[in-house]
This record gives sequence, structure tokens and C-alpha cells, in this order.
Amino acid sequence: MKININGNFKEFEGKKITVEELITQLNLNGKRFAIEKNGEIISKNYFSGIYFNDGDKIEIIGAVGGG
Amino acid sequence: MVDKISNINDNLVIAGRSFQSRLLVGTGKYIDFKQTRAAIDSSAAEIVTVAIRRINVGQSPNEPSLLEFLPANKFTYLPNTAGCYSSDDAIRTLRLARELLDGHNLVKLEVLGDQDTLFPNMVETINAAKILVKDGFDVMVYTSDDPIIAKQLEDIGCCAIMPLASLIGSGMGILNPWNLEIIIDKANVPIIVDAGVGTASDASIAMELGCDGVLMNTAIALAKNPILMASAMKKAIESGREAFIAGRMDKKLYSASPSSPTKGLIK
Repeated sequence: MKININGNFKEFEGKKITVEELITQLNLNGKRFAIEKNGEIISKNYFSGIYFNDGDKIEIIGAVGGG
Repeated sequence: MVDKISNINDNLVIAGRSFQSRLLVGTGKYIDFKQTRAAIDSSAAEIVTVAIRRINVGQSPNEPSLLEFLPANKFTYLPNTAGCYSSDDAIRTLRLARELLDGHNLVKLEVLGDQDTLFPNMVETINAAKILVKDGFDVMVYTSDDPIIAKQLEDIGCCAIMPLASLIGSGMGILNPWNLEIIIDKANVPIIVDAGVGTASDASIAMELGCDGVLMNTAIALAKNPILMASAMKKAIESGREAFIAGRMDKKLYSASPSSPTKGLIK
């Protein structure tokens, strides 16, 4: 399946993947970020219970320098 | 800072949060995070703006992040909506920021209207402010220096009004002190000049006018020596504030009142 992450499609095995699994595969454990799935924010409390499916559009954001 | 004469606490209070420094700084345009932190320490600023962007998914797990250099126990983050050109984008960005920062709700709203000038789009800004205030955000809002718009933003419930002194990143200084004075005169919430300051005297002038604070980024980050400029800005803000509280003498075209005694002249 393909998931659109921050504007780029990325291939994953299987038909669905939990937020937790995605974070591990992307090496983001311990990092500070927030996630949006198809325009809806996913609260940190629900990372294990929410799945991503083929075609989902994910935004993963963090804080950077800015005025 | 303390009023040296009356010893009154002169903290800047925004939405119930109290700050000793009236200088707010951005975190963009520095060479690296080390320089960012050194300049901010030199400025003694407590509120730091941060931008919200897509993270680099392919980055190394050990790559440092801005927030590690600016720990939450030492700084108050002010996530901003820089780069947003619609109220929808700004609202979306700040909701993500609130999730990112564990419910932190003090934010800077700016909705731009034009890529060349970075002038704010006040129609979109007002629309976004209404929704964000209802949604529980404490909104510090970037605005044009129009006193009527500034008052409307206060009436909506914004906790600080932040008019531009001149365009973002221009360093042109305070182009319309008269409008700023009217905005300050009418306001019941802090007025913070945001954008346009080029050097220390600009910051002093803003504070002498009665602004409650100044937010700047480029003036420090793009100085030849950012750390020294940060220190200069700290002093400029403090001296401008003290001069405002002290109350300046009246201006006169000329004066028949010399500073030295007119009696006892040697003849």
C-alpha cells in the first residue's frame, strides 16, 4: 500500500499500519511532532488505535526556526 | 524589570502570563541552533516564536531539533502561522501546533496577503482570530497599523495586538509613529510592535511611544554580530521603557531656560 506522507508517496507492506508502527518505521520515536490524517489531527493518546490505509494523506509536522 | 524610582514590578502580562522581558524574538535565519540559542540568551527574551513545518521524514534519528536547544522550562514558545495566506491554513497550523506542544495555547496569528511585501491580509486574519479565540487559543495577532482594525481584533478577544512598524524583514524602522500612538492610546491589551525594527534605536522609539513590547527576528539574526545586536536590543527595550515611564520633557522649538544658573555670572 502507498501512503502520502508530507507530500510524497511511501510504500508499506500489508493493508494497514498503526500510527505507532509508522512512527517506528520512520525513525521518529522520541521526536517531537504532531500528525494529521486526511486533515484530522490524531491525538497522541490514540496512536496505537488508529490505522493508516492505502491512499491516506498524512502530515507530520514539527517546530522549526521562524519569526 | 523594576521601576527604579517607585520599585513597582513592571512585568509584561499577556493573557495572565507574566514576563520580565519586553523583547520577544524569532528563531529564524540563524546559522545554526547554537547561534540561535546564544543570541536569544544574549537578548534575555523569554518568548520565542517558532514556525510549524513538515518534518524531514528521512532525517537521522540523532539530528538535533530547535526545541531541544530552546527547552520549554526556560522559554515560552509562540508558534506562528508565518507562510499562511488563508484563515483556514492558519487555523489548521495552530491546531497542529497545540497538539505538538501538549496543549500550549498561546499563539501568534499572522495571515499574509502578498508574497512580495508580506503585508497581512486583515480580512482573513480577523476571520481566523474569531475562530481561534472561540476554540480556546490565546491569540497574539500580527496586524497592519490601522487603529480601527487593531480595536476590532481586541474586541474579538485577541490577547495582544501586534502592529507592524514596517514590512517584515525590511529593517525600515517605525514608519508611522502616529498610528502606533493612536493604537496604544485606545488599547486595553498589550501592543507589541512586530516586524520592521532594524536596529536598537528603532526598538527604543517603539518603547518610548508606549508600546508594551517589541517582537523581532531579522534585526538580530542578520546583524553582522547577532549576539552583540541581541544584547543591544535588550538594552534598547529597557531604556525605551524606562524613558516612557519617566515621561519625557515637552518639546520646544527653542528655550529661554538654560540649564546653568543665570545668576552669579562672572563679569
